[in-house]
Amino acid sequence: MTSMRYEAPSTLNDAVHLLSGANGAGKIFAGGTDVLVQLHSEMIEPELLVDIKNIPELTAISEKDGVWTVGAAVSGMTIIDDPGFSAAWAGVCDGVALIGSVQVKGRASIGGNLCNASPAADSVPALIAAGAVANIIGPGGQVEEHVENIVIGPGQTSLADDELIVSFTFPKRAAHSGDCYLRLTPRTEMDIAVVGAGVNLTLDGDGTCTAARVAVGAVAPRPLLVAEAGASLVGTKVDDVALEKMAEAVRAACNPISDKRGTKEYRIKTSGVIAKRAALKALERAKAN
Amino acid sequence: MASILDDPKFDPERDLQIVGTNPVKHDGLDKVTGKARFGADFFLPGMLFGRTLRSPHAHAIIKSIDTSAAEALPGVKSVVTRDDFPEIPEGGVAGDMTRTAMAREKALFDGHPVAGVAATSDAIAKRALKLIKVDYEILPHVIDPVDAMKPGAPILHDYLRTKGLDEPSDEPTNVTERMVSKMGDVEKGFAEADFIVERHFDSKPMHQGYIEPQGCVADYSEDGQVELWCCTQAPFVYRDRLSAILKIDGNKINVQQSELGGGFGGKTGFYPEPIAILLSKKANRPVKMVMSRDEVFRGTGPVSGTDYTIKMGVRKDGKITAAQAEIVFQTGIFTGSMYFNGPNAMFTRYDFDNVYIESFEVVSKRPKGNSFREPCVPQIVFGVEGVIDELAKKIGMDPIDLRLKNAATEGYTTIYGETFGPIGFVETLEAAKKCDHYTSPVKPGEGRGIAAGFWFNRGGETSTAMNIAPDGTVTIITGTADVAGSRISIAMMAAEELGIDVDKVRVKMADTNSLGFNRVTAGSRTTFSVGMTVVDNARQCINEFVKRAAEIWDVPEDGVMFENGECRPASANVGEFEPLSIADIAKQTTMSHGAVTASASMNVTGAGPGFGLHIVDVKVDEETGRTDVTRYTVVEDAGKAIHPLQVEGQYQGGAVQGIGWALNEEYVYGEDGRLQNAGFLDYRMPVTSDVPMIDTVIVEVPNPKHPFGLRGVGEVPVVPTMAAIGNAIGNAIGVRPQSLPMSPPKLLEIIEQRDSAQAAE
Amino acid sequence: MSKKIHVTTTVNGDDYEYLCEPQQTLVDVLRNELELTGTKEGCSTGDCGACSVILDGELVCSCLVLAAETDGKSVETIEGMAKGDELHPLQRNFLDLNGLQCGICTPGFLVAAKALLEKNPNPTETEARFWLAGNLCRCTGYDKIVRSVMAAAEEMRGA
Repeated sequence: MTSMRYEAPSTLNDAVHLLSGANGAGKIFAGGTDVLVQLHSEMIEPELLVDIKNIPELTAISEKDGVWTVGAAVSGMTIIDDPGFSAAWAGVCDGVALIGSVQVKGRASIGGNLCNASPAADSVPALIAAGAVANIIGPGGQVEEHVENIVIGPGQTSLADDELIVSFTFPKRAAHSGDCYLRLTPRTEMDIAVVGAGVNLTLDGDGTCTAARVAVGAVAPRPLLVAEAGASLVGTKVDDVALEKMAEAVRAACNPISDKRGTKEYRIKTSGVIAKRAALKALERAKAN
Repeated sequence: MASILDDPKFDPERDLQIVGTNPVKHDGLDKVTGKARFGADFFLPGMLFGRTLRSPHAHAIIKSIDTSAAEALPGVKSVVTRDDFPEIPEGGVAGDMTRTAMAREKALFDGHPVAGVAATSDAIAKRALKLIKVDYEILPHVIDPVDAMKPGAPILHDYLRTKGLDEPSDEPTNVTERMVSKMGDVEKGFAEADFIVERHFDSKPMHQGYIEPQGCVADYSEDGQVELWCCTQAPFVYRDRLSAILKIDGNKINVQQSELGGGFGGKTGFYPEPIAILLSKKANRPVKMVMSRDEVFRGTGPVSGTDYTIKMGVRKDGKITAAQAEIVFQTGIFTGSMYFNGPNAMFTRYDFDNVYIESFEVVSKRPKGNSFREPCVPQIVFGVEGVIDELAKKIGMDPIDLRLKNAATEGYTTIYGETFGPIGFVETLEAAKKCDHYTSPVKPGEGRGIAAGFWFNRGGETSTAMNIAPDGTVTIITGTADVAGSRISIAMMAAEELGIDVDKVRVKMADTNSLGFNRVTAGSRTTFSVGMTVVDNARQCINEFVKRAAEIWDVPEDGVMFENGECRPASANVGEFEPLSIADIAKQTTMSHGAVTASASMNVTGAGPGFGLHIVDVKVDEETGRTDVTRYTVVEDAGKAIHPLQVEGQYQGGAVQGIGWALNEEYVYGEDGRLQNAGFLDYRMPVTSDVPMIDTVIVEVPNPKHPFGLRGVGEVPVVPTMAAIGNAIGNAIGVRPQSLPMSPPKLLEIIEQRDSAQAAE
Repeated sequence: MSKKIHVTTTVNGDDYEYLCEPQQTLVDVLRNELELTGTKEGCSTGDCGACSVILDGELVCSCLVLAAETDGKSVETIEGMAKGDELHPLQRNFLDLNGLQCGICTPGFLVAAKALLEKNPNPTETEARFWLAGNLCRCTGYDKIVRSVMAAAEEMRGA
């Protein structure tokens, strides 16, 4: 790192302007829990670090008519401590709660967790299952994109160098809805998912599933929305047969690697187990709502 | 007067006032307020920051190193490479040590130091590393010890020949040594057995995992005197070894140990220190070097991995008739794993008559092996205690009863030749059998396991000095490093002997110029050995107090007795005198007679062996292979617990380290020989939420060779852990794992094999 | 060389002004510029918690915070935990119950536990264990640390 500049703009326009001016050598800095590790291990050598935490839109969390908007740089602790948000989106909070320690969550954000683009990011399958939409700003103005389309491979996103996620919008919750994110790690905490699964579902009055989204992490180059898995729950009471069908769809969608955190075979085998458990917990929450 | 080693005056009836209580540790206050200074906490005027360039290759010839661009970088004050180290030939202890500190002919592992830089800032030093050009010729490498023994395996050291072969060979090899340990006749023993079990086991290397990375400040002055502040378990050993490899007189290297942020054996040998000294010498300024966590994992001492087979036979009545083992120990690039502890300790605690063990130590492309709590024993006990459990099942005997049936007692002569004095293994087993954990039912869906362990315990070279201030307060100077709070135990033993309040005693860690040689803090020797010399110091001082009191009262010395911190007349015949306290005598005589002081330097003997038994309950998730430890109890003989909370802490800490080793901790290497998990995120040590409270039962069978009867307690707590957890998992899932760590993917595979075997039946 | 940044920060109630490089972390500045070495650096990647500090009321790893970010903010470190001669109940309980061995992780645990008890004065053992999961200890097996925290919590609730 020969010379790096640090800037902390207070408006979206200034942030975009700074990033545009950096010609690809700029790096967005939110909670910093990934960026600083990469910076100091010299995995990245940006010329400009743009700290976005002084921009009000990025650090706000709000609800209007049942629609929640969470700033991309809001810290994990702020998210899970928000009683309204955690009641509406318990599964998203499950994922956020698993992003490192309390110390890490004091800084880490869902925008950062997504844009770091790790296949194993814990909040991302939950965000995908929730149907969250990213509000993105760039030189051309604001656009929206579904979360499942942001990560395109390990460390890579569909965002341009001068684009930035401002916030995430969560769709209005239907009655009898519930979500859950679970992961498999050797330790109880401080670990990276070997497999992660987010399930979000809605029931009708008699307990039949009317909508379901299932997303998995750490089993492919990027977090995946597994449409077939969700579809296999719709129209069922989320019984054992449906759950096994969902698990089968999850396993079929897996395309993992073997690495220090788990073998390919182990990941595929356990992905269905974790997805089933997440679905059961989501079901329990949906019934309680 | 007889030496304290021959006559420790142990009295089981002694009315102890301080020993056995739990005063607040004297080093505690500075540690809870942030004042305590550890290895990285020292600053000197003009200090530079040093960094190390490390080999990215597991095995490569270093053809050339060009440091010119780094030296030219503004702010860089010195650069050192192999050329700055005195020439020492390959082979031999010093040759190995200097090549561990800095790569010489070849880079021998991923992370091997190749050059050091000192600069005015850490950032400049890091930048300079990138400017050093090293020309490597990459060679094939081998890490797995079994592969390293195969014909045609890449050879690490052309000069190496195996010691201990029946027929000496002149073939280059990776096997440093073969050792055969035997007693009795195993063939005869197996012939007497009703059941024989033979199993193959393996374990991966693990790291000591201390939280404080190595850190030091070295200051080489122009007259050739070196001052070195560092976190070490072995200040005197560092001095002597640095002297040997840097060719500097021992008295010119003054090592001052800092507070030590964990070592567990990993800080018994130096890493950045010699580089810092040479950088300081070249720059003529003090140099600070602190290792990063990545460097600690890649560059410092892991524990040996192993691959071994154990065969044991049992009679229907529970008597184990024979025990046999063949073991491969994986050291790092050089010998030094202390593998011989494995065969010496693996079966020791049982009164076996017939034993045959063949051990091999094999070099591989990892940092030089280093000790860790009972080096080279726990990973073998994992197999031994598993086989014993299987034997118990074969004959339908309670596992503790089987161990009781075979327990060694006083008078047993071990495989390494020691004849046991009074030992507490039977008492430990009986205490375990009675404890709440063992007598309560196993919860549904869980499995319970037990396992036993042993450690020799050590004494060794120890020097201390005691100074009585004119106000009667006491300072003890010790050079055996305090790694977990031994200072309070030492102060307590001195206070007990002197009959004064423990807060009137302070223990200070000496620098190496201030005291005679002290052996490394290792082998559970510190509280035992330093306790011995400090009690000797106290007795010397008491003799002097008696002499001075006799002079004050003008009576013969035998007319004065010392009791509860006071001199008083030995009988009414001596005359009536007000008792004189230590403070009274010190006050009245320091100016006229000089201070009351004592020093002692001895090779302490008489360490009584330690025994433990662990009980653990686990729950295994059969769909994922994850294991949760739900309940844990450590039962261990301490001889006498000087500071029971400290003893419990040793038991608990050892058990949790063992839980990590049992379930998740391992080194993962890529095919390129590079370490893949060089950080706390992927080297999975247990975190707070991974473990339950660790219950403890302190058994006290005194060691009569110590004034207070104590035995070392540091090593044993990690020994049975993996075996106990293995046995518990075996009882939970029906198949006893044979490979460490027992990680989720391995267990899931065992469960699936079990299910398909059952389906086939 | 990068241009240095001027930072004004409150540390344990005292005002500090310093210059730092853009990439310098808070733990680096605390230890090496301000010589507040009570905050320890065990990994530099947020995995051990030894560098825990409280930044504007939030528990963080100071190795994962840039010094430049702390301009105008308040930092609490282990050095500010005792009020004069009076130890915080957590500190006293760690001493009384032997909640430390080597002591390298102790400042981080104390700062993290203080943040816990400020948020949740009555944690269960499980809650305490999960909150403290970001702080590694290799000596104690965590038993006496957790007991010290629970005892301090009880004492503080009673006070």
